[in-house]
Amino acid sequence: MAGFLQQLVNGLSLGSIYALVALGYTMVYGIIQLINFAHGDVLMVGAYVGFAAVVFLKLSIWWAFLLAMGCTALLGILIERVAYRPLRHRGAPRLAALITAIGVSLFLENSGLLLFRPEIRSYPPGLILNRPLSISLGGIDFTVTTFQVTILAVTGILLLFLQYIVYWTKTGKAMRAVADDADAARLMGIDVDKTISFTFALGSAFAAVAGVLLGLYYNAIDPLMGIMPGLKAFIAAVLGGIGLIPGAVLGGFSLGFLEALVSGYWSSRMRDPIVFLLLILILLFKPSGLLGKNQVEKV
Amino acid sequence: MAKGKYIFWRLVALLLPYVLIQGLLGAGLISDFQQITLMMMGINIILAVSLNLIVGFTGQLALGHAGFMAVGAYTAAVLTLKIHQPFLLSLILGGLAASLAGLLVGLPTLRLKGDYLAIATLGFGEIIRGILNNVEYVGGAAGLLGIPRLTTWTWLYGFLVLTLLGVMNFVNSTHGRACLAIREDEIAAETVGINTTYYKVVAFSLGDFFAGLAGGLYAHYFYLIQPSSFSFFRSFDVLVMVVLGGLGSITGSVLAAMGITLLNALLQDLAEFRMIIYSLLLILVMIFRPQGLMGRREWSLARWLEKRGEARGPAGS
Repeated sequence: MAGFLQQLVNGLSLGSIYALVALGYTMVYGIIQLINFAHGDVLMVGAYVGFAAVVFLKLSIWWAFLLAMGCTALLGILIERVAYRPLRHRGAPRLAALITAIGVSLFLENSGLLLFRPEIRSYPPGLILNRPLSISLGGIDFTVTTFQVTILAVTGILLLFLQYIVYWTKTGKAMRAVADDADAARLMGIDVDKTISFTFALGSAFAAVAGVLLGLYYNAIDPLMGIMPGLKAFIAAVLGGIGLIPGAVLGGFSLGFLEALVSGYWSSRMRDPIVFLLLILILLFKPSGLLGKNQVEKV
Repeated sequence: MAKGKYIFWRLVALLLPYVLIQGLLGAGLISDFQQITLMMMGINIILAVSLNLIVGFTGQLALGHAGFMAVGAYTAAVLTLKIHQPFLLSLILGGLAASLAGLLVGLPTLRLKGDYLAIATLGFGEIIRGILNNVEYVGGAAGLLGIPRLTTWTWLYGFLVLTLLGVMNFVNSTHGRACLAIREDEIAAETVGINTTYYKVVAFSLGDFFAGLAGGLYAHYFYLIQPSSFSFFRSFDVLVMVVLGGLGSITGSVLAAMGITLLNALLQDLAEFRMIIYSLLLILVMIFRPQGLMGRREWSLARWLEKRGEARGPAGS
């Protein structure tokens, strides 16, 4: 039982990172129905900006987070502006948008390989306090590190922030309106393009935080580090119900738990195949996701 | 009698590249490097044409062509190397294995609307590599070594023609027309009674069959296959060929596959740089010419001859 609880605690930190990435996927999917393949690579860029801030600019890790968020927000806006917006304005088929997204993803990965070199880099040690805390809960002992608590706290703060933006601000209202019906929103005087840009900025900033956290978690960053977390976060978003913000959080945490349990009780080699098996199973049995409702298609 | 026209010239056009290159090979006028490029060209044409069937003609984005190629390559290689089966049988079983894998990925994802196939195939490619890396029977990360070199220009050309004829006839059949209808408008296709899931899965697993075939041919040419030879970047290469050649143009795919293979050979030492160019090309083509360079047009010998005939004077005079 203690082992099980320990795995759950471990799953919680990886799960919150997936949740942060999945939010970006789900927001973009919710608003323009596009799988933004480049999202995982935005995460990678965020991790590198954070790395540069800490190593070259000698900033503290918190400033590194903020700087990474700012840079990737701009990158997100730029990607949307240059690659996706022209297609959207012309009413290009979904296939074209998807292929463009793959192009952007490959562009970021290979630019990363060229600029940052393919070698693995590590964040310097001691950026975030990482001390084990022994906790006893109802007679069961398990350990939590202060780093795990930090990850959870950062995720919690960002989730509250997102909740505030989406439900309490005018921009958030515009986001929900555009996601619901872009044409109707335009008629109501909402600047649809600006709202979409904002969504990309927000999602990318969240991905940057996830990138820096992942870099600290695995103590390694490389130009292709975004591919796997990107794929898994997408699966998390589908698991929770794509397009739904609570779904992304639920999906992220569930995926984190599942991974921790598989590597704890079986083998860490089986982790990735099991996650993709999960995707196939969701698509077979509940394609709308855990929180999604089945929708009848309107013509 | 448009159909029976120019049969002679068509046969000539079909056999000319084969005879020409076979002759050059026999005379020893082709260097080893050129020969590798030539064989890669043929393999890439098979890959591009089969992916075009899925992406261009049926409109479903699949990103795991290298994964299905790996399934075919490993199946065929194990069959010839370890179980000592004849080459042809191994190749076809390799293709069937890839097709079966495609069925497993395609059935759950293609019955849904939306872009789940893209993510599932992307995941599939990574999983296949993960599995191959960990299975000692097929050599793990070091790969399978010492596969007999059975792929000759004759075999390759034969399968190339088979792929072209197969895909062309499929596209022009009832099944192919249904696939085109799905590409144009899935809901409309469904309302006129097309079983969209069935046709999407058929096109997908047929495309994967040819990918597996290409994998088998690849394995038996290069002696060695490794999981890393079937990375996502290879799938991406093939996608670039399809998009540049034109989504829904077989001749476009053939030309683009030849061009990209040449470019790959020339830019061999600049892998990242090459990928940056390709990814930019992909984005630019999608923005400015989303149907691809050739669009849906096909280059046809009959039409070309007819045009020349008209230019010279009335036909038959």
